[in-house]
Amino acid sequence: MTTKTTPLWEVFIRSRNGLAHKHAGSLHAADAEQALQAARDVYTRRGEGQSIWVVRSADIVASDPKDKDEMFEPTASKIYRHPTFYRIPDEVGNM
Amino acid sequence: MAIPKDKALFDYAVRLADDQLVLGHRLSEWCGRAPTLEEELALANMGLDLIGQARSLYAHAGEVEGEGRDEDALAYLRSEREFTNMLLVEQPNDDFAHTMVRQLFHAAFMAPYWEAMTGSADATLSGIAGKAVKEARYHLRHSAEWIVRLGDGTQESHARTRAALDHLWVFTGELFEMDETALSLLGRGVAVDARALKPAWDSAVDETLARAGLDRPAEIAMLSGGRTGRHSEHLGHLLAEMQYMQRAYPGMTW
Repeated sequence: MTTKTTPLWEVFIRSRNGLAHKHAGSLHAADAEQALQAARDVYTRRGEGQSIWVVRSADIVASDPKDKDEMFEPTASKIYRHPTFYRIPDEVGNM
Repeated sequence: MAIPKDKALFDYAVRLADDQLVLGHRLSEWCGRAPTLEEELALANMGLDLIGQARSLYAHAGEVEGEGRDEDALAYLRSEREFTNMLLVEQPNDDFAHTMVRQLFHAAFMAPYWEAMTGSADATLSGIAGKAVKEARYHLRHSAEWIVRLGDGTQESHARTRAALDHLWVFTGELFEMDETALSLLGRGVAVDARALKPAWDSAVDETLARAGLDRPAEIAMLSGGRTGRHSEHLGHLLAEMQYMQRAYPGMTW
């Protein structure tokens, strides 16, 4: 089969309730149902999964690595956004 | 307490195990040869499900027999005529369409079969069924979706699936046969009434074929014989490969 008839899909798996879906990898499939089945067979062989998402790779909108500076540099100077400027009372314990 | 000898139950567990082992072995023959990496893993997953079911059933049969035969002895040290699997499962992989049609025919039967078996009076069989029914349902979903895409795909895939349906149809009558062994165990609440599963099988197969744009093959005289050890020419070759290691090196472990 060619990649024209079986495009690339990205696979996201949620391993436990309460956790977020995490990118697991990619695969080729003809359509959504086959992508879902292939994801099950390729990426959940060892009990990894509770839920699977598949998304056409072509449908993902990604930031351009070239724009890295303007996208991400401006936050570097805003250290006050990190939660390191207040004391946690001992009674709170681990947060 | 020694487990009493129960020939009917032994025979019944063994034939059920033979079905799953032979089909599981057929699927394993795709290893390294599947059309895509994704389907390679899917076929192996299904094969391993079936071989796992066979192991549990052989182990149960060995205990019922009480002669000290374990799952390996039953799988590797019986001859072709002693295997009592249905003819459908021993048919060669041929092409991918044949493999998927064979899987559809088998899974559309086993899904309701295992479901009914969960109510068996034999606690071990009902336990095995509880696990196997989930596996069979996935095999049905996987094979049915492939049949839809093959039938509704290209001229080539449609023609191949058409040919596979026509070729394998003759083996589907045997699914619903009830011989004396099965009937006696049905009377004891142990066995599943295969005849009663025909409507569920028909509707699963018909629905899949309708979605695939494929006509149901015309009714013809069916072939059977597997349950009495009368097999097609293909089983002997399969067993020769599957049993080679234990035959050449008896008792070998690794």
